[in-house]
Amino acid sequence: MFGRGLTALSLFTALTLTTAFALVFFYAPNDADQGFIQKIFYVHVPMAIVALIGFVIGGWYGLKYLRKGDRADDLRSYVAIHLSLILGVGVLITGSIWAKAAWGHWWVWDEPTLVSFLIVFLLFACYQPLRFSIDDHERQARYAAVFAVVGGAFVPLNFMAVRLAESFVHPRLGTTGDSMPGSMRLTFLIAIIGMAALYATLWRYELASKNATFQLRALRRRLGGDEDSLPRRSAAPQVLS
Amino acid sequence: MTPAPVPTTRFLPTVSALVRKDLLLERRTRETLTAMVLFSLSTFVVFHYALDRSSLDGDLASGVLWVTLLFAAVLAIGRLFVTEAEQGGFDGFLLAPVDRTALFVAKALVLCAFLIVLELILVPAFAVLLLGPGLGQALPELVAVLLLANVGIAVIGTLVGAIGVQTRSRDLIVPLLALPLIIPLLIAGAEATAPLLLDGGAEPLPGRWLAVLALYDGVFGLLAYAVFDFLLED
Amino acid sequence: MAEPALRISGLERRFGERWALRGVSLELPAGATLAVFGANGAGKSTLLRILATLLRPHAGTVEVLGRALPREGWAVRGRLGFLGHDPLLYRELTVRENLRFHARLHGIGDARIGEALERVGLGRRADDPVQTLSRGMTQRAAIARATLHEPDLLLLDEPFANLDPAGAEQIAPLLRGPARVLISHDLEAGLAEADHVLALRDGRVALLAPAAGVDAARVREAIAG
Repeated sequence: MFGRGLTALSLFTALTLTTAFALVFFYAPNDADQGFIQKIFYVHVPMAIVALIGFVIGGWYGLKYLRKGDRADDLRSYVAIHLSLILGVGVLITGSIWAKAAWGHWWVWDEPTLVSFLIVFLLFACYQPLRFSIDDHERQARYAAVFAVVGGAFVPLNFMAVRLAESFVHPRLGTTGDSMPGSMRLTFLIAIIGMAALYATLWRYELASKNATFQLRALRRRLGGDEDSLPRRSAAPQVLS
Repeated sequence: MTPAPVPTTRFLPTVSALVRKDLLLERRTRETLTAMVLFSLSTFVVFHYALDRSSLDGDLASGVLWVTLLFAAVLAIGRLFVTEAEQGGFDGFLLAPVDRTALFVAKALVLCAFLIVLELILVPAFAVLLLGPGLGQALPELVAVLLLANVGIAVIGTLVGAIGVQTRSRDLIVPLLALPLIIPLLIAGAEATAPLLLDGGAEPLPGRWLAVLALYDGVFGLLAYAVFDFLLED
Repeated sequence: MAEPALRISGLERRFGERWALRGVSLELPAGATLAVFGANGAGKSTLLRILATLLRPHAGTVEVLGRALPREGWAVRGRLGFLGHDPLLYRELTVRENLRFHARLHGIGDARIGEALERVGLGRRADDPVQTLSRGMTQRAAIARATLHEPDLLLLDEPFANLDPAGAEQIAPLLRGPARVLISHDLEAGLAEADHVLALRDGRVALLAPAAGVDAARVREAIAG
């Protein structure tokens, strides 16, 4: 059900990422002020954009779960947020490296986007502890979905509030886009597509893997009688029905 | 033994009954408010020593006031649903033929009331203990900002409190969830009040922060109202 | 012809991966009493909570007082009286304040409160905080709360626990009248009040019969299996 087209998708991702890499190293211009290290922008920003969209997707599936009760939606919500958190760590690390290289500090509070991202990350980092602390599976799924919906709504609101507050040192994509030369724009575009494809591949992979585990467990249960073959506590969704 | 009426017609009386019950409980035990006030005053003392300043103004004053308020609020949020959880209050409520969202509205009103009472004590205390410039003219605007922020904190606090109370690690989950969600309110509030507390005389309030607060309150208010029901059913 | 108090078919409920109730079906006529017996963990409290609309059935159909759960739960809540292990009273409030709160939630006036307090024998302690009452008196207060709104169906989980025999005898008549589902660990006492008997074992129906043809020994056998 979930693993369809995984091979094709993986190949596409590999291809796009390799192209992006090549473009970054050989095609995109070196930044006049920041030098070579500015190229981390092609990793940092696409990662951030995809992670944030991932959080919102998690909220979307959370909403679907609340309305329909289909556990598959809960699983999708979990995977979306889970992957976005992993990307989020990458965003914060690459952002930090970029800050150090460009402005001499490992962290700067002047960029609204980076600070907003940190706040969103801190919020969603509570997702798994929250799930883990609720034993009953159905309640866990329901509460996680409520959290995902609230978190998803929080993302745009938070960015708006922080942006209003801080000075605009962090190059915003909009203005940068206007003054981006064609070579930069193309590289950036490919980088985003590559990152999105990576996310989609990991997403599909994790869903397929979890689904396989559930089916195996269900089979084992059916063969071995009505025994409890689940780990006692878990943050991840455990069943599909 | 007439059949139960359709719940929606008794929304306000239900909210009223819940609010009165909580206020009565607080008046009887005086636990939450006392803790909030004492904790805030202690926080002021800590700030005095941590910052090594006797008089604050502008940004710094604004920041200290809001952070103290935030921590006191988190304290209250943690306690908000405690009587329900420990004394079977949820069941008692769930058994009643009422609209369940009334609980959300009631708890948010109660939390807002606690915050207002806290601020009635806190703001004068702050003016006396730490604030350099006088409050005088800036007071009405300060009050406006505080009220708007209170609504937002109350909404978020009720939502987070309700989520947290059903988990095993309630005291941990509540601060973890509440803080990031309240940060934008904190930002807007602090930015709004900073010019009011300047040493050289209060400057006018930047209007956009009030808009941000109102927007945040509105969006989260509607959102929380919509999802609250899901937290109560079983 | 009055609708049956309960009509349950194929009821199932699980917690995580454990089935608490499996394939429970029964019917209870209006005004009748169903005594429920079973070992700890057999599913008695779960059944009661589902009937009280506190838990949702995961499979099967449940009709309480003619209303289908969970869809029409809101319509039937005001007609149910629930007495679980928790008295559902706020300890720092007085008995009267608790009853007043309960009355307001049910949309009934305060008029009946004084009378309810007298009936359970708490007239003199009405203005004492619940935490100052003994367990027996707390139980009486809980019974007052559960019956204040004159429900058509009473759901009772060991109502006579914490009461001495005299107290139990004083209270028992208050709980008669409406249809009842009564959980009891005291087989004889439960059978005495019952019109129908249900014994659960591991979430399944082990015995379902009119009370007339059932004695304690048969119940014990059904429970133990």
